[in-house]
Amino acid sequence: MTDWPSAGRIRWGWFLLAAAILVLLPLVTETLTPTLLLIWALFALSLGMMWGFAGLLSFGHAAYFGLGAYTYAIAVLNIGESTVPLLLSLIVPAAVAAAIGAMMFYGRISDVYMGVITLVVTLILFKFMSATAGDAYKIGAARLGGFNGIPGYPTLNAPGFPDISLFGMPTYYICAAALLLSYLLWRWILARSFGRVLIGIRENEMRCELLGYNVAAYKTGIFALSAAMAGLAGCLFANWAEIVTPAMFGLSQAAEVLIWVIVGGLGTLIGPILGAVVLGYVKILLGQQTLIDNSLILGALLIFVVLAMPRGVVPALQLVWGSIRRRARARSGRHGTRRRLGVSPAERV
Amino acid sequence: MSTILETHGLTMRFGGVVAVNNVNFSLLERELRCLVGPNGAGKSTFFKCLTGQYPLSHENGRVLIRGADVTGWETYEIVRSGVGIKTQIPSVMNGLTVQENLWLAARRIHGWHGARGAMEEIADELHLGDLLRRNVGELSHGQRQMVEIGIVLVQRPWLVLLDEPAAGMTGNEVERLIGVVRRINLTASVIVVDHDMEFVRLLNSRVTVFHQGAILVEGPSDQVLADPAVLEVYIGSRAT
Amino acid sequence: MDYAEVIGLEILYMIAFLVLTSAGLAIVFGMMRVINLAHGEFVMLGGYTTIACDKAGINIYFAMLVVSPLVVGMVGLVVERTIIRFLYGRMIDTMLATWGLSLLLIGVVTLIFGNTAVSVPAPISGYQVGEFQMGGYNLFIILVTAAMGIGMWGVLRFTRAGLIARGAMQGPDVVSALGYNPRQVYMITFTAGAALSGLAGGVLAPLTGLLPSSGGAYIAKAFITVITGGAAVISGTLSSGIIFGTINQIVSFAIHPVLGEIAMLVLAIILLRLMPKGITGRFFGDRT
Repeated sequence: MTDWPSAGRIRWGWFLLAAAILVLLPLVTETLTPTLLLIWALFALSLGMMWGFAGLLSFGHAAYFGLGAYTYAIAVLNIGESTVPLLLSLIVPAAVAAAIGAMMFYGRISDVYMGVITLVVTLILFKFMSATAGDAYKIGAARLGGFNGIPGYPTLNAPGFPDISLFGMPTYYICAAALLLSYLLWRWILARSFGRVLIGIRENEMRCELLGYNVAAYKTGIFALSAAMAGLAGCLFANWAEIVTPAMFGLSQAAEVLIWVIVGGLGTLIGPILGAVVLGYVKILLGQQTLIDNSLILGALLIFVVLAMPRGVVPALQLVWGSIRRRARARSGRHGTRRRLGVSPAERV
Repeated sequence: MSTILETHGLTMRFGGVVAVNNVNFSLLERELRCLVGPNGAGKSTFFKCLTGQYPLSHENGRVLIRGADVTGWETYEIVRSGVGIKTQIPSVMNGLTVQENLWLAARRIHGWHGARGAMEEIADELHLGDLLRRNVGELSHGQRQMVEIGIVLVQRPWLVLLDEPAAGMTGNEVERLIGVVRRINLTASVIVVDHDMEFVRLLNSRVTVFHQGAILVEGPSDQVLADPAVLEVYIGSRAT
Repeated sequence: MDYAEVIGLEILYMIAFLVLTSAGLAIVFGMMRVINLAHGEFVMLGGYTTIACDKAGINIYFAMLVVSPLVVGMVGLVVERTIIRFLYGRMIDTMLATWGLSLLLIGVVTLIFGNTAVSVPAPISGYQVGEFQMGGYNLFIILVTAAMGIGMWGVLRFTRAGLIARGAMQGPDVVSALGYNPRQVYMITFTAGAALSGLAGGVLAPLTGLLPSSGGAYIAKAFITVITGGAAVISGTLSSGIIFGTINQIVSFAIHPVLGEIAMLVLAIILLRLMPKGITGRFFGDRT
């Protein structure tokens, strides 16, 4: 069935254009910064999907970002080859999220308390990892390193060939592929029953329960999937930064990804991506000067968005764009365009 | 005809208030029953006990559906056993279109391929065809109620629980509703909870009157609605 | 025996610390159902105010008990008028906006005071208990907290303002029914909560070096103390303060300080899962 306005659909033209840009980008610029932006976009997308389409707000999504990174680092130091660690960096966060999710959702925890619990989880991980300094704290061959984290682990190699490193430009392409594929994956999910039921749950959880859907199971499922994607982003970050630190679990990181998603736009897939890329880039630029603190800008921005555009910039722009087009059509005398009265954001991209 | 729903000693307390007091209720196959009673009589609480919206333990008594003990079952499990539920406050997905609402409901029973057909069929039956692309949130209260009835029926339940289905409906809509209820009743048992005495009278079914958490009177509608005890409970004075 | 006294005092101190730093948040949450994630930064501002006053030559007790609450209370008033009052009823949006506010405040303080730690010495020195050196200032903190708690209870129980406040905890319609404007009541409540946070910050300023990011240390614990405590302001905060404070210190002493903190956080999750309305929601019904 193609009529499902609340899920939107892919505009293949734009998608292929974006893919082409990503493929050709290294020809015009260095790849260090774009790689980081892609990683952040992937991270934001993982939260945006869960929050925007299923209505689940995790205040501590950084937990899975960090878990993915640490899992990769620890696993690759022990195994030596990067394929299994990469897979583990998806599985471990997903498993942890499934456990925590089940605990919350089967216990009928409401949104506010979910926010608190998820925040506390990431804090626990932050405190724990910060305190693991010294030789006593290690998993296999990997010392956890406490506040300083784990440096110096092997980065991604071609699967099966530990000597062929994929560091640098190949990693950029891996990140680009990860983002594009994840986007397609979410689009696919939204077109299937699973995604549609999730949207229904966001709209009216009780009613979905009354339709016979096991709401707790669906929520746990999307939570785990979203954590896996955040974990992948974390793993890729580990390969970009070549060090993993407890800051990845911290309040700052947790706040940032939330701000990217909400500023970019709730209920769209492109919103979180744009939010992460634009704000991430601004952060990098600001980081190069000391006059205005990054916190100040982000904080002011978040306040502004919540007050003025609670669903984010992209949906607000879409509404404006929609009304401009309507007025243009009315002026040119064209009939047959039904006035869209609903408030649901135009989920087009 | 077999009993498809029964409660044994169903009791529900909130703090010191006994909202449902040791109720023994039973419903036959393809029976239509109206539950009435003044505000606070416990009808809605009773209803929510049946639907699993209030979690039950064996201290609360027992609820049996088709002989199976469903006490303590989650709402979705009860619904899956073939029960359709329409709540007091219209519970529909306001941000989605009528079509999306109906499809989601139809999907679970009819599968991906059958859902569309089932959705169109119920939309026809309830005259929702013109509204399919509209967002449910924009519809009138009565239309929203009809959509909710649609999503309940498309799952082909054999027991349907309707909590105040006529609320906010126009005269025409109520007439259509009565037709719908009778049609459902051809294949399913129906319990209707409502305040609208005219609506109840028109349905002309067996009526159970609740008062202070217990069943006061039960019997055919014309008999019950003329019963002085019932009138007293509703109006609060002796009927001479 | 001395060891027991030391642990006992440390537990008492931890409880006092939690209650003191949570009071402002508890009032605002209990009466307005607003979760102010900038609470930690309010505390931090109180600390900076006290330190700035001390450096300007103002008596430190005056600074921490009078100036800090006043200054942060004013900040709270401005925040309520410009941000919070547009978001009543929107709990998640309030959390987001106040999170933004916390970042903003950190940025502003960094701009003004820079990123190096500032500190002020404790006005009361330590004393001996057997083999152990106890902080005398900790006793002061316990006393201030107790006084604050008794003061709050007194106001809520015996004054008209307290009556209105308790009405507000039931809902805005109760306030209107009493003949007062709920919006005004909320404005005053938020300001009072901010003032209490400022008090906490001022009193705690002599303990460690203060950084713009110090607020982060307070918010997590205050947050879970308040949410786990439930909506009843005094008994809730006190109950959860006692539970968390005790667990934190016992585990800290028995095993490791960091594990003490973690134990507290884990316990918070367990309690929230078992009692989603908080301790007081479950056990006490509608009491203060």
